[in-house]
Order: sequence, then structure tokens, then C-alpha cells
Amino acid sequence: MSCADCGNIAKEAREIVAEVGSEPEKVIPLLQEIQNRHGYLSQELVEAVAEEIKLPVSRLYGVATFYSQFRFEPIGKNLIKVCKGTACHVAGAEKVYSIISEKLGIEEGETTDDQLFTLESVACLGCCSLAPVVMINDSIYGKLNPAKMGKILKEYADGK
Amino acid sequence: MAVKNYILVCGGTACESSKATEIFNSLKEEAEAQGVIDDVQIVKTGCFGFCEKGPIVKILPEEAFYVEVVPEDAKEIISESIVKGRMVERLLYVDDTQEQKDEFDVEDIKFYQKQVRIVLRNCGFIDPEKIDEYIAREGYAALEKVLFDMKPDDVINELKESGLRGRGGAGFPTWMKWNFTKGADNDQKYIVCNADEGDPGAYMDRSTLEGDPHSVLEAMAIAGYAVGADTGVIYIRAEYPLAIERLEIAIKQARDYGLLGKDILGSGFDFDFEIRLGAGAFVCGEETALLRSIEGNRGMPTPKPPFPAVEGLWGKPTVINNVETWANIPMIILKGGEWFRGIGTERSSGTKVFALTGKINNSGLVEVPMGTTLREIVYDIGGGIKDDKAFKAVQTGGPSGGVLTKDFLDTPIDFDQLTAVGSMMGSGGMIVMDEDDCIVDVAKFYQEFCVEESCGKCAPCRIGTRKLYDILNKISKGKGTHQDLENMKTIGTAMKKAALCGLGQTAPNPILSSLKFFEDEYLEHVDDKICKAGKCKDLVRFEIDADKCIGCTVCARKCPVGCISGERKHPHVIDQDQCVKCGECYAACKFGAITKS
Ligand SMILES: Cc1cc2nc3c(=O)[nH]c(=O)nc-3n(C[C@H](O)[C@H](O)[C@H](O)COP(=O)(O)O)c2cc1C
Ligand code: SF4
Ligand code: SF4
Ligand code: SF4
Ligand code: FES
Ligand code: FES
Repeated sequence: MSCADCGNIAKEAREIVAEVGSEPEKVIPLLQEIQNRHGYLSQELVEAVAEEIKLPVSRLYGVATFYSQFRFEPIGKNLIKVCKGTACHVAGAEKVYSIISEKLGIEEGETTDDQLFTLESVACLGCCSLAPVVMINDSIYGKLNPAKMGKILKEYADGK
Repeated sequence: MAVKNYILVCGGTACESSKATEIFNSLKEEAEAQGVIDDVQIVKTGCFGFCEKGPIVKILPEEAFYVEVVPEDAKEIISESIVKGRMVERLLYVDDTQEQKDEFDVEDIKFYQKQVRIVLRNCGFIDPEKIDEYIAREGYAALEKVLFDMKPDDVINELKESGLRGRGGAGFPTWMKWNFTKGADNDQKYIVCNADEGDPGAYMDRSTLEGDPHSVLEAMAIAGYAVGADTGVIYIRAEYPLAIERLEIAIKQARDYGLLGKDILGSGFDFDFEIRLGAGAFVCGEETALLRSIEGNRGMPTPKPPFPAVEGLWGKPTVINNVETWANIPMIILKGGEWFRGIGTERSSGTKVFALTGKINNSGLVEVPMGTTLREIVYDIGGGIKDDKAFKAVQTGGPSGGVLTKDFLDTPIDFDQLTAVGSMMGSGGMIVMDEDDCIVDVAKFYQEFCVEESCGKCAPCRIGTRKLYDILNKISKGKGTHQDLENMKTIGTAMKKAALCGLGQTAPNPILSSLKFFEDEYLEHVDDKICKAGKCKDLVRFEIDADKCIGCTVCARKCPVGCISGERKHPHVIDQDQCVKCGECYAACKFGAITKS
């Protein structure tokens, strides 16, 4: 990391704090904003924000590790969230998950070597009537089966 | 020229994900192109409830109810429905009783017949992004009535009269909470809306906020007036972007209209809002954990008492209610507690919204009076079990609840009845299971959820959920013993007594209730090492019977992992090491050549 980056990071931290607020109660919204911008909590930025709001870094990490929303590694180009809620479970979410995992060679929380896909699961996407459901980036795919899922993955792999 | 027709396009999450926005835009373009744009108002509404058949488009005043619409249908909808005033037959919804397609009202659709809409009164009727539409349906009239015609005690008495109980799960009388907070002596008090909706497989609160955000804002302001609070906080799941956006729009519009902010309608009463996003922890739905999370900490529950009503957010008296509880309140104020009490059962008044999902024909959101039976919900509204399979059970109350078997089909559903039979109301998820679902698998599913979501603060839950999961896992692999079944009962009973918060106290429920009603099925897994439903993968095996296989290759093409081989017109074989037991081949073979054992 060069020092030009250090300057940029401090600047971005100031921006984030100016936007969200610097009170200790804003820790979660601050972390959410960092993740919004970068897809994960980059260590440099978390440290810079901690410094900016004058709280120990450990406090921020203490909070971040409690909540499953936060990631500590960068994500791939496409973020796949497989719903593992009850409605999706009884409709066969496991099969859909297996096929993704099998085809991409990654498990939950991992990213493919080519940085194209990250695989996660969620507890419910709120469209249970379409179960089983998968969300890729901002798009929702419902009433899936392994074959349909395979096709969708291929479209993304081919650069959709 | 006055508007002749309204086109309502469902903009709920399920329909949105099936191109509702494109449909909406195409309808506008077509109306423009066909020169009728001034005759028709096209509105994007909240969820109609009938998500199974989405995307849904409704035409008023004709009451044409179009289902499974695609953007390409826009041209015909405009030319037929709007220009010529006829119905597009092929898009109309028909249920088995409705043979005369064009002679019915939406109310005649079986899915809606037994429903009574109080909470969802505006969902599917108004554009949630336009405050004027809410106001046109008596919106903010309750707030006005309260501010000018009622004293805080009158408001609480009206609630008491209504008998309203909290819809977030526990069913605590709402008026009592308000009354505690009102009685607490403090200059600063808070009103909180619990929109964390953590039950996986339930989306009532999401749809209410997406379809009618103002009703919740109005109710919270009413509570603020009744208990003496000037700030409302809405804690909502970050996974609900559409609901968040609509709330933000609603708050801004209400402020612009002077219905929120300082000196509301010149009454001298101030009330304003903050929105906080949850960060994906189920336990934060528990009220004390939720408050700790708003304060910027790890969301761990704290012992009660002190109750939030007296010592809540930042240590100040706080009323915390669930979204659905809130949405009832404006109607109670306008129509009176007695009216509300007339709906439902004696000790559970009003209605309940359920997210009806799983193996059911009409999955969606249904709002029924308390006391409606399971049979009415599953068969009359839900249209019965998918693919004519046999009904097995319904799970209510999510990871805190239990199963209702077919013996309970005629039990009236309300808070007390569900508790009496070992389940609970919970937030309103209702998952229908059929003969293909395995009870051990479902119990294991919920337990895994609880292991992941236990915050770890107290040992009975941290260790208990893990132990229970390990035992279920063992059983699902055919390695369980009778002692294991007994151990689950002992551990579960201890957790119910010793865990600190509701999560740990209720986590054993799905196991205890399924053990009670489906003991035979557990015993099959333990003694016979079989899973009849074929869900416990270690206990199933798919094989091809070489005598019956004609080598049509269908299964090999269906297999997602490509583990079936064989030449055309010759028997095929499954590579057992590769097989992920998905059952696709079994479902695909038309010659009954694949066996499941
Ligand atoms: C583990 C756990 C999770 C909960 N999740 C929710 C939830 O997602 N939404 C909710 O409204 N209440 C939830 N509750 C209930 C709340 O603690 C609280 O009772 C409720 O918000 C009170 O509102 P009500 O009286 O209007 O029901 C949960 C409780 C527990 C123990
Ligand atoms: S019961 Fe579970 S979730 Fe609740 S405080 Fe204890 S460990 Fe945490
Ligand atoms: S689908 Fe059935 S008949 Fe056809 S190849 Fe497979 S096992 Fe044989
Ligand atoms: S069960 Fe699934 S993975 Fe196994 S052979 Fe059949 S299709 Fe392939
Ligand atoms: S359970 Fe998957 S969307 Fe709700
Ligand atoms: S989302 Fe359209 S009917 Fe529910």
C-alpha cells in the first residue's frame, strides 16, 4: 500500500463519517456504509474510521463480527445469495445450493479463484412464494431447480 | 377528461422480481401509443397477497384480475381492457369454482373469500409512494382524531377495549405496554417499530411496509402522543431494500405535509423518525437485543426486568411493537375498540396475517380473522396441497414453534389454541409440508438455524442448541439411538427453563413438538435406518434397475452433476460416489426404472 493510498483512505474515512455521523451509536451504520462502498470491510478503512470517530478499532470489530451481514474479504464480480429459509428449504434449496457449489467449486463464504463469483446464503429473501430463490447481485431468480440454476450460472459465467 | 380506468400493477417483492416494473413501464408506453394515456391512471401498488400467481395486474372499475402477466401482454391489456372495455380472457384468473370467467368480482376468488383485510387494507389498493392516496383512504385521520379529540388516556382505553395483542410473537396486550410507558416518569421516551422480521419463511411485515408504509408511521405517532414520546425509531432488516426506500419516501412526504415533525397540524405535538438497518442477526428481533443494536453494540439480549416499557432505548421508557401490531392501530382509533373486538375470538381479537408457503397451491399472504381453522386456510384459501399429495403437517411459529398435524385441521387458530397444542403463533409463518417432507430433516433445519443464530451469551442455549443439532444430525445419518431421543427431551426441557432469552427458550420447540406427534418417523430413522421421504441423504440411494431401463438417456441429461452414464438404448448406471442425491433422475424417468431406497 503506497502513501498516496493512505491519504485517500483517510479522506474517504472522513467522508463516510461526515455522511453518517460520529457518535458511538453510529458504529453499525458506519460499518454498513464501508461495506456498501467496497463490498466488504477493508481493514485500512475500518481503522481509519475508528481513528476518525476516536473509538478503539477493537470496538468496531467487536460489533462487526457479531453480525452476519459483514464480510472481511473482498467479494467476486457476482454475489450469489442462496436463500436457505424454511420455504426454500422444503422446496429444495439444498439441491440448488449443491449445484452451485459443485459447478463453481466453492462453498458458502468463498470466492472463485477467477474472482467471478462469491457464494453466500441468507435466511429469507421475502419472496417465499417463489421458492426456492436465489439472488444474484440485484436480481431475484425464483422457482428454481438444479437444471435452471445451472443455466443461469452459465449466463453469468459467459459475462452477463 | 376524467380518468375512466385504473390499472393497478403489483409492485411487491415477488412480483417485482418477475418484471413488474417492466410491465408497469410497458403499460404506460402502450397507453401513450394507443392515445388513452389521459383516460387511465396506472398505479404501482404493494403486494396483493396472491404472490403465487404473480405478477398481478388489476383493472378498475371492471375488477379484471390478471395473473402471471408478462411485459408483452401490455399491448393487449390496453387495447382490450382500456380502449374496447373488454377483458383479456387468457390472462384472467380462474379457480376451480369459477367457470364463468368474466362474471365475477375479485371478492369471489376463493383465495380472497375468507380473508378480512385490516392490516393489509391498503396493500394492493394504493400507490405506497403517494401520500395522497393514503390520505384518500382515511389516512392520518386517526392521528388527527387523537390529537384534537382524544386525551392520551382515551387512546389507551380504546386500545384496551380493542383487546389488541402484539403480533410479533408473544401476544402481549398492547395497551398494557403503552400504559407502563405512559406511567413512567421521564422527559424522554421512545417509540420503536420492530421490523427485523427474522423468521425465515415469513414476509408479512415486509409486505405491509412495502404496500402501506404510512399506516405504521401514523400508528407510531399516535403512540407518541399517548405515552409522551417525540421520537420513533424503525429497526428494519437491511435485506429489505424496497421497504426501506418506501419508508424513506413516506417519512419525507409526511414531513412535507406537516403530518410529522414539529407542531403536527398545529397541535403543538412533535414527532419524528429515524430508520436503523439491522445487520443480519436473528436474535436482534428480540426486543432487548434490538435496543442494544440501535445503541451501536453487539445485539445481545439483556435480562428482563427491567422491561423496555420502563427502561428501554438509552435507558429511557420505550414502547416497542411489531409492524403488524402497528398497522392495526389507525383502524382501531377510527372504528373503535369495540368494532375490533367483534372480529376474531374472545381472547384474540382482530385478524392475523400469515405467510402461507411450502407445498401449497396458492402460496401468498393471507389475512384472516383469529379463530379461522387450519383447514380453511390450507384448503379453502390455499387451494390444497400441491400436486395432490397428502397433507402432512403445518409448521407455525418458525424456529420457535411447532407442527400442527392433520388432527388439528379443525382447531381454530389463535394465540391460546396454538400454545395449547404445543406450537405458537410466532410472527405468522405457515409452512405446509407434504408426504415428501421429512420431519427429522425439518427439525434439523430449524436447529441448525438456532445454532447459527444463538448469540452465545448463555450456556443453556449456546451448548444446548449445538447438542440438539448434533443428535439430529446423527439420527439423520441412521446412527441415532433411543437414548438420543430421550436426551433431546431432557436437554430441550432444561433449555426452556434456563435460557436467558426467547431464542434459547423456544429453540427446542420444533423438536419437542415433532417428537410428540411424529415419534414413529423418528423411530424409523433410529431403528430401521430409513427416511421414507428420502430427504436424509445418507439414508437414500438412487439406483437404476437394468431390467426396466430402456436407455432413453433422459435421466443422464437431467442429472446436474453428470454422474449417470450409459449408451442410448442400453441400461444406464449411476456413479454412487458422485451422486448428490438430488432425486432429479428419479422424478424424470418415465419408465419407473429408478428406485429410491
Ligand atoms: C429470538 C426472538 C426473535 C424475535 N424476532 C422478532 C421479529 O423478528 N419481529 C418482531 O416483531 N418481534 C420479534 N420478537 C418478539 C419481540 O421480542 C417483541 O416481543 C415484539 O417486538 C413486541 O412487539 P409486539 O408486542 O407488537 O408483538 C422476537 C423475539 C425473540 C425472543
Ligand atoms: S438464549 Fe441464546 S440467544 Fe438468548 S441470550 Fe442466551 S445464548 Fe443468546
Ligand atoms: S430415464 Fe429411466 S429409462 Fe431413461 S435412461 Fe434413465 S433410467 Fe433408463
Ligand atoms: S440423484 Fe441427482 S445426482 Fe444422483 S444420479 Fe440422480 S440426478 Fe444425478
Ligand atoms: S424462505 Fe426463501 S425467500 Fe423466504
Ligand atoms: S408480490 Fe405481487 S402479489 Fe405478492
